[in-house]
Amino acid sequence: MAVKEPTAPPPKGRFGKYGGQYVPETLMAALDELEAAYAEARADEDFQQTLDYYLREYAGRPTPLYLAERLSEVCGARIYLKREDLNHTGAHKINNCLGQGLLAKRMGKPRLIAETGAGQHGVAAATVGALFGLETVVYMGTEDIRRQALNCFRMELLGAEVRPVESGRGTLKDALNEAIRDWMANVENTHYLLGSVCGPHPYPTMVRDFQTIIGVETRQQCLEKEGRLPDKVVACVGGGSNAIGIFHEFIGDEQVELIGVEAAGKGLATGEHGASLAAGSFGVLHGSASYILQDSDGQISEAYSVAAGLDYPGVGPEHAYLREIGRAHYVAVTDAEALDAFRRLAELEGIIPALESAHAVAYVLQIAKELNEDTIVIINLSGRGDKDAQEVRELLKSDAKGDEE
Amino acid sequence: MNCVREAFADAKRQGRGTLIIYITAGEPNLLQTVELVDTIAGAGADIVELGIPYSDPLADGPTIQAASQRALAAGCTVQGVLDCAAEIKQRNSVPLVFMTCFNPILQFGPETFAQHSQQAGVDGVLVSDLPPAESEQWVSLAAAHKLATIFLVAPTSTDERIRQATDRTTGFVYAVSRPGVTGAREELPSDLRQSVERIRRTTDLPVAVGFGISTPEQVAAVWEIADGAVVGSAVVDIIANTGDSDALYAEVAQFVARLAHG
Repeated sequence: MAVKEPTAPPPKGRFGKYGGQYVPETLMAALDELEAAYAEARADEDFQQTLDYYLREYAGRPTPLYLAERLSEVCGARIYLKREDLNHTGAHKINNCLGQGLLAKRMGKPRLIAETGAGQHGVAAATVGALFGLETVVYMGTEDIRRQALNCFRMELLGAEVRPVESGRGTLKDALNEAIRDWMANVENTHYLLGSVCGPHPYPTMVRDFQTIIGVETRQQCLEKEGRLPDKVVACVGGGSNAIGIFHEFIGDEQVELIGVEAAGKGLATGEHGASLAAGSFGVLHGSASYILQDSDGQISEAYSVAAGLDYPGVGPEHAYLREIGRAHYVAVTDAEALDAFRRLAELEGIIPALESAHAVAYVLQIAKELNEDTIVIINLSGRGDKDAQEVRELLKSDAKGDEE
Repeated sequence: MNCVREAFADAKRQGRGTLIIYITAGEPNLLQTVELVDTIAGAGADIVELGIPYSDPLADGPTIQAASQRALAAGCTVQGVLDCAAEIKQRNSVPLVFMTCFNPILQFGPETFAQHSQQAGVDGVLVSDLPPAESEQWVSLAAAHKLATIFLVAPTSTDERIRQATDRTTGFVYAVSRPGVTGAREELPSDLRQSVERIRRTTDLPVAVGFGISTPEQVAAVWEIADGAVVGSAVVDIIANTGDSDALYAEVAQFVARLAHG
C-alpha cells in the first residue's frame, strides 16, 4: 500500500497526536503571524528562487553524496555519506537559518533571536544575521558557554550578542525557554530563529521544509549513482532536524528503511542520555506534544550526551509520529560507541565527523554484519567535527589517565 | 455562579476592585504555603492563585521561575500541592485557583487532576500554556468537576482569539497587561484601558489584569479600568527575601493589606 503524505499536518500543526501549540496566549499572535507569512513565502516563487540562490552560492549546495570506500569495505556494503559537513559553517543548520533569515527579512523584522546548545545553530544564525544585516542575539546556557568557548567567540566575530542563560542548569532547554520569553516581549521587531523541528507549530513543519533539501538531493544523487533507491537511510536525532531533512523525501518510498539514532549517553539504564524516543514518555515541552524526558510529576529532566547537539530532552513531533506509524525506527548508541566511530571515520575516510553525526556512523558499524555487499546505506553526515576536536582530545586524555590508574 | 465569580460580584457590591494574589506553592515549603494563604486572605485578598511549580514555565519571569526551582528542589510535587490545597480549604473559604503549565497536569492525568482538585475544594484552574485551541478536553473536564476556567488574553490577541478565550471561560478573563513574562514593572502600559475595553466588548465576564503589577498605586489604577488586579512576583519576592523567618507572615500581611486598600 502506498503511503500518501502521512505527515501532512492538519491546520493546527498536528502529526497524529503529536505537535500542536502549547504556548501562553502572549505568544499566539506571533505564531499566527509567522504561520501566515511562511505559508505565503512557501507559495512564492521569488522567495524559493532567492533561497535556492543562497543555498547554492553561499552555503555551497548541493552537497556531495560520497561513496565512502574504505568504510564500505569494513562494513561489507555500499556506504554513502551525505556530506552536510561541507556546507558553509560546517553543518546542515545553515539550510534552515537561510530560510528563516530570508523569511525574517520578508516579514520586516530587523532582529533575530536564536537558542543554541553546542553553538552550531548559534553560529549559523549569527552568520545569517551578518549576511542579511539583522541584529542577532543568541541565548546560550552558562554551562554550554563554558564548554563551547570557541563557538561563543565565533558568534561574537559574526557580530552577534551571546546572552548567557543561568536559569535551570544552563543548557539548551533553558536557552530555548529564554529565547521564547524574549520573543514574547519583542514580537513586533523580532523573529525567533528556532534551530530544530521542535517547538510550537509552525516550527516543526517549517524547519522540516527548509531541511528537506537534504533528502531531495540525496534521493536524486542515489538514483544517478546507483540506479536505485538506498536500502537504509541513517541519521542522528537530537531535536531531529537533520534526520527529518533526509527522511522526508523518502517517506513515500516504503522499501527504504529510515533509522534515527539517538544519544544513549552513558547508557540508557544510567538515566544520563538524550534518548527521548527510546527512553522518554509522552508529554508537552516547548510548545509541542511529543516524547520527552521527564519525571513522574511531569518535570523536565536534563538530557545528557557527549554530543552537545543531542543533549535535548525532547524530539520533534514528526519523529514521534513516524515511529508510531512504523515508518521510521529509532535506536540509541552510547558516548563510547560514538567516540569510537568518530575516530574510525577520521582514520578510514579522512573525514572528522561531528560527534552528533558520529552516532549515525556508530550505528552503521554496529549493524555491518547484517549487511551484504549490495546493500546501500546512506548516512547523513550532518556536521563536521572540528568543533569537537578539543573536547574529544580532553576525553581521550582522561580515558588514558583512567586506564593508567 | 462559582466562588470565583462571586468574589468579583462581592467586591463590586462593596464598590471596589478584586484583589488576586499569586504565590508559588512549596516556597519556602508546603506547610508555610498553607499559613501564607491564610495570611493573604486575612489581609484582604479576594482570590488566591496558587502556582504549581513547573521546571520550564514559559510565561514566567525570573522571580517566579526561581521560586519554582526552589520549590521543586525542596521536593514539592503535584500531589503535595493538592494536599496543601485541601488543607487550605479546610481552614479558609477564600476562593483558591491553581495556576500551572499543562505538562504536570498531563502526567498526573487530566481527569484525575480535575477530580482531585475538586475533592480538595479548589475553585478554578488556569493552565498558562493551554490556549483555547488545545483546551477542548480540559474545558469539559473542568466543567464536569466544577472548576472555573481562566484563560489568558494578551494585548496582541485578535478579536477572534479573545472570543475563543471568553467562550471557554467560566471564572474570569485574565488580561495580560503587556507582551512578555510575569514580573514587576515600573509603569502600567498606556494602552491598557483600550485592551480591557476590547475584551469587554466580547464578554460580560469579570476581567482581571495581571503581569507587571506590584504597587498599591498600580492596583488602584487597574481597578479604575478592570474588575480585578493580579499581583504575583512582588509577593513572591517578599517570600523569597524573608524566607522562613518570623517576619514572613507580618511582612506579607502588611504588603497585601496595602494593596487591598488600593
